[in-house]
Amino acid sequence: MTDAIKLYPSKPQKVYFYGTCLIDLFYPEAGMAGIQLLEREGIEVIFPRDQTCCGQPAYTSGYHDEARSVAAAQLDLFPEGWPIVVPSGSCGGMMRKHYPDLFRGLPQAETANEVASRVWELTDFLLNVCHIKLQDLGQPATVAMHTSCSARREMGVAEVGPKLLKQLSNVTLVEQVRAEECCGFGGTFAVRHPEISGAMVTDKVTSLVEAGAPEFVTTDCGCLMNIAGCAEKSARPLNGQHILSFLWQRVSGSPTDPVEGDSRS
Amino acid sequence: MNQPTSHSDTPSAENLAAHGAVVQQFHPRARVALENPQIRRNFRNAMDGLMSKRRSAFEGWELETLRELGANIRQRALANLPDLLEQLEKNLTDNGVRVHWANDGDEACRIVRKICVARNAKTVIKGKSMVSEEMELNHYLEEQGIEALESDLGEYIVQLAEETPSHIIMPAIHKNTEEISELLHEKTGTERSHDVNYLTASARQQLREKFMNADVGVSGVNFAVAETGTLCLVENEGNGRMTTTVPACHIAVTGIEKVVGTMEDVTGLLALLTRSATGQHITTYFNMISRPRQFNELDGPEEVHLVLVDNGRSTIYQDDELLATLRCIRCGACMNHCPVYTRVGGHVYGTTYPGPIGSILMPHMLGLEATQHMPTASSLCGACGEVCPVKIPIPDLLVRLRRESVDGDSERPSNVRGHGVKRGHLEAAAWLGWRWMHSQPWLYRLGTSVSARFRKLLPRTMGGWTRYRSAPKLAPKTLHQMMAQRSSSVRPSARMPQSSNVAQRGNLS
Repeated sequence: MTDAIKLYPSKPQKVYFYGTCLIDLFYPEAGMAGIQLLEREGIEVIFPRDQTCCGQPAYTSGYHDEARSVAAAQLDLFPEGWPIVVPSGSCGGMMRKHYPDLFRGLPQAETANEVASRVWELTDFLLNVCHIKLQDLGQPATVAMHTSCSARREMGVAEVGPKLLKQLSNVTLVEQVRAEECCGFGGTFAVRHPEISGAMVTDKVTSLVEAGAPEFVTTDCGCLMNIAGCAEKSARPLNGQHILSFLWQRVSGSPTDPVEGDSRS
Repeated sequence: MNQPTSHSDTPSAENLAAHGAVVQQFHPRARVALENPQIRRNFRNAMDGLMSKRRSAFEGWELETLRELGANIRQRALANLPDLLEQLEKNLTDNGVRVHWANDGDEACRIVRKICVARNAKTVIKGKSMVSEEMELNHYLEEQGIEALESDLGEYIVQLAEETPSHIIMPAIHKNTEEISELLHEKTGTERSHDVNYLTASARQQLREKFMNADVGVSGVNFAVAETGTLCLVENEGNGRMTTTVPACHIAVTGIEKVVGTMEDVTGLLALLTRSATGQHITTYFNMISRPRQFNELDGPEEVHLVLVDNGRSTIYQDDELLATLRCIRCGACMNHCPVYTRVGGHVYGTTYPGPIGSILMPHMLGLEATQHMPTASSLCGACGEVCPVKIPIPDLLVRLRRESVDGDSERPSNVRGHGVKRGHLEAAAWLGWRWMHSQPWLYRLGTSVSARFRKLLPRTMGGWTRYRSAPKLAPKTLHQMMAQRSSSVRPSARMPQSSNVAQRGNLS
């Protein structure tokens, strides 16, 4: 839970970009969009080459030795004092909230606490540190927003996504019922309890479709994979993408996927 | 309880089998519940209503400040628990209330029976008490030839249906009016009706007679105040007041953690309890019981007893992190807001306390063998922790119990009975492999780029995942690859022309 009041830093020259393993493997365009949005704000983005995974899957499964080894390998990636921005509430929450728990009383505790204190969810950083102003170059569109539970409750950024979307003059934001309810992803929960998770995501898809949005955006790739995957499987008229991909498309005026743009360069 | 369970530390083979059954039945029962539109509707509607009532009840309150207060009151009481319990016992005894201590549910049952036998009691009327459910008191008394009748309307319905409560505050929440009408008709001859007032009135009539004839009243306790020796009971139906005043003998049963220091502590907790539980500013009845009937008083019981039940609580007490579990004031808000509980209901868990609070409490009462399904039955969405009026970090405690279930941390030894029960060779090996790959960056990059390259070979079906969703699609290039390509071409700052307004703001900052 977001107990501490957040003290935002002033806008830095540089940031570390922690891409997360889901973005790396499944949604690199969302990561690229985030990087481009940061660069557009005049920030130099450092992408530590040795980053892998924050360790959350093992952590929430109870395998804390394994989570700690993997997390320890991330701790040395951010030697300078720049903020660490993460395009995910879930991985951000792991690093910001759970790293201190994971290393408490151990030799790396000090580093873990220091790293944790520099972790920011990317949309929060864009809005509240960069004070980003978005100029909408896209066609009229209607979207709904699903804020992940960790973005909402661990990172305390529930209001950020809607605020960013409302800056877009051609975008209509609609709200689904029970917007604050979990989509049923929960990492290994979706695999350990497939029926319950399946019921949850089916309900989430229904609420989004009934909200009248052909498209939803979200802060987290776990939710994206879950909700969009369910909509696709059940042939419901609903597409989804990471909010960063969406924002980048709107401000760059390019309907093309930033991945392709990049690979052409 | 759906399954007989042992309260002893060394479960017999028979009980272990029963434990296994509870665990194994979780998924089949969940499937049945999920496929039952009636159950889904009953819970969804009820939980939606409770969530919205809670929200309105806290409107205009500084909820975070109040939760902080609640957490502090409970944590302070727990920090002084041994002293407060002694103080409570002394003050109650001085007031003429007899205090008994029970290590577990079985012992508590025997104490209640002994009191009944001494009074030659044949009938017991009960107010709502989850601790008595924990003890399986009704079942025990029936076996001893003593009739035990529930007087809380929800509990009465559940008892008639020969079921267990599916919610700790609203025991019969899984039933709708039609089902209740049918049940009352079948068991008591009440005419079938959709009129809730009619059904309530007829149940009330039936219970009224029982109150007059009962030899003993058994109730729970919401707060036991050490300073004054007062037992507080929060209720809406008046059955609690009847139970504790009409029969000649009143036995209150409660967990040892329910004690607080002062009456002032109660005010904060009561404000949180009623609003969190049912969205009420205050319940219809708030009973404060301090002593038996005095010589100059016209009513009230001649004898009052308090049975303080441990049943695993002192074990929880010894662990600084798990201790927070004992702050619970049993409001049920965590259940009302839980997306898992809302979909499957309480019976699916197979334990006295279901939902998020059950999942962090039952492992200590029954051990992890019997409850290993509970800590994982959560998406860790955090809704429970967010609404908990005493700020129990439920998601963190669920993770702690998952860790205990697999003995997953060599730095932090496991403490909970039955720890390690879920550690399987295959899964442990899989996590070792995962760790190996993710703690060596070169290996990770190699592995992920190979996966991206051969992404078409990714299976299209992936167990439970693809039953409800299409398989995730690997991107043709990883972000690592894209970034490597990028840095080898042009410097990032030269690539992206900054928009003019950004450049201006850049000067300002």
